[in-house]
Amino acid sequence: MTGMAAILGGIFEAGFFTSGPVRVALLVGGVVSLVSAVVGVFTVIRGQSFAGHSLGDLGTTGGSAAYLLGVNPLWGFITSAVIGALAIETFGNRRPRERDMATGIVLGAGLGLAALFLYLGTVQHNTSGAAVSILFGSMFVISSSMIPVFVALSLAALAVVALLYRPLLLSTVSQEIAFARGVPVRAVGMVYLLALAIAVSLSCVTIGAILSTAVLIGPAAAALRLTKRPGLAIAWAAVIGVTVTWVSTLLAYDSYYWPPAGRGWPVSFFVVTLVLIVYLLADLGSRQASRRAGARAMGGNDGRAGADGSTQPAESWVLGAE
Amino acid sequence: MFSGFMVNAWVVATIVAVVAGVVGFFTVLRGSAFVAHAIPQAGFAGAAGASLIGVSTFAGLGAFALVSAVAIGLLGKRGRHDAMTALWLVFMLGLGALFLSWSQEYAAAVFALLFGEVLGVSTNQVLVTAALGAVCIAALVVLYRPLLLSSVVPTVAEAHGIRSQQMEMCFLVVVAVATTMSVPVVGALLMFSLMIGAPGAARSFTAKPLVALGLSVAISLLIVWISIAASYLTDWPVGFFVGVLGAVFFIGGRAWATWRRSDVGRGDEADSRGGAGQLEEVGQLA
Repeated sequence: MTGMAAILGGIFEAGFFTSGPVRVALLVGGVVSLVSAVVGVFTVIRGQSFAGHSLGDLGTTGGSAAYLLGVNPLWGFITSAVIGALAIETFGNRRPRERDMATGIVLGAGLGLAALFLYLGTVQHNTSGAAVSILFGSMFVISSSMIPVFVALSLAALAVVALLYRPLLLSTVSQEIAFARGVPVRAVGMVYLLALAIAVSLSCVTIGAILSTAVLIGPAAAALRLTKRPGLAIAWAAVIGVTVTWVSTLLAYDSYYWPPAGRGWPVSFFVVTLVLIVYLLADLGSRQASRRAGARAMGGNDGRAGADGSTQPAESWVLGAE
Repeated sequence: MFSGFMVNAWVVATIVAVVAGVVGFFTVLRGSAFVAHAIPQAGFAGAAGASLIGVSTFAGLGAFALVSAVAIGLLGKRGRHDAMTALWLVFMLGLGALFLSWSQEYAAAVFALLFGEVLGVSTNQVLVTAALGAVCIAALVVLYRPLLLSSVVPTVAEAHGIRSQQMEMCFLVVVAVATTMSVPVVGALLMFSLMIGAPGAARSFTAKPLVALGLSVAISLLIVWISIAASYLTDWPVGFFVGVLGAVFFIGGRAWATWRRSDVGRGDEADSRGGAGQLEEVGQLA
């Protein structure tokens, strides 16, 4: 009994569960990574990782503008992410490579503006510390009065994904089939991008731009390695996302006494490292599974087909279900 | 504006603009904007780590950029290239955040590495930048035909014995070298804007690869020169002007293409002409 307590005491440093900031971080981090993981499954299937990452960086443009104007940064993040999403969709609606380029242009312009706003902010407030906290974010600085707003916006993003689930999946797998069945492909894509913008802004303002992309893409990409069924992938992504965030919060709290600086390692380091490890493990697992399947179906050809098929996991499922 | 320390700034920015115009042309052609965004930022993590252990930040930047290029190339081979790029990017940024949390005065250093300090370039730096820039250009001159072919029509390239995986790796390494030479002077964000903005605009004006390449370099030079002059006059960051001008040129190019299309009145046929014209040219090359 005492041994158990000693182990738990070793894992959870004193005060972990009673500390106010830690509770807020666990709650907000959990909610945000849950929403990101669910939205992220579609981001990964649709090949929009770059857009997902860019919307986060674009959010910092609004965040720095809000800082300059003295407005709550959340509204700055959301406004600029939504404008960014509209611009990306307007310029890059035709081919994948064009979308890639349009995203790059919008991102470049947004970052340029962010550079200006941060510069003006630095001149005005005589410190560049704010710039760094806008760029990197920190989970431990969330005020508890903002929690209802976060929860409401999170629910809105989840509701959009739930309502659009089937048309979104169909138009992701095959635009032609979706179009033939009367799905408004462009409108669905646009609304999804707006939900993505909200989810990314929420995570950016709470956990920073780095982690925003990490919890959006990492759990979803790992989950899609574990299963090809979209519904199951969403569940896996949510579990992985929340677990990684909570474990990282714990590690960051514990790391306060770790060398070399003696003031804690950043949460972001733990999240990105865990996310990468989980993804690589899932990738290894799926590779071995497909190799086994290939061996069963006699001949390496089938194994390779299985590996290739995993780039379009939803396809067989959607078409099979119809 | 042209005296003393400003001379180095003009020279180094011109070199960077030429390299960005050439490397960016292929980046846009291959749809590799995300990688072009990720590798400079990974280099930033390397610089942070190097400054922590007291090594030259230049070496750290180069090492991390190269490792990232190889890692993205290898790990992204199977499955989703863009998701893997995103994961690697955030992993590198997380490492960078860790290194920064260990070192003392971080805020100003981050700012300089992300947004660059073109106005504080030494003559030594100019020489290093020029040498690495020459390496990039030379590599792309050698690779021009196979790289172009495998970027535009991968299947035809394969038929000619050009391995697209090999080409991808070569290209990523070139991006890494271009990053290493440019990030210390112009910053990670600015290099990216230049590499996408100028070629993106150039492509709207012509379908011929060589003309587009030349135009890309010309627009890139124009953007950089206007930006430095404007930055000198207003004291605002260079990155702002480069990012916004890139978008302005791109939108201008788009508007021009749309206007010409409606003028000729060929509608959607003209839309596919860009790709077809390129194919034609590449066909002649092959």
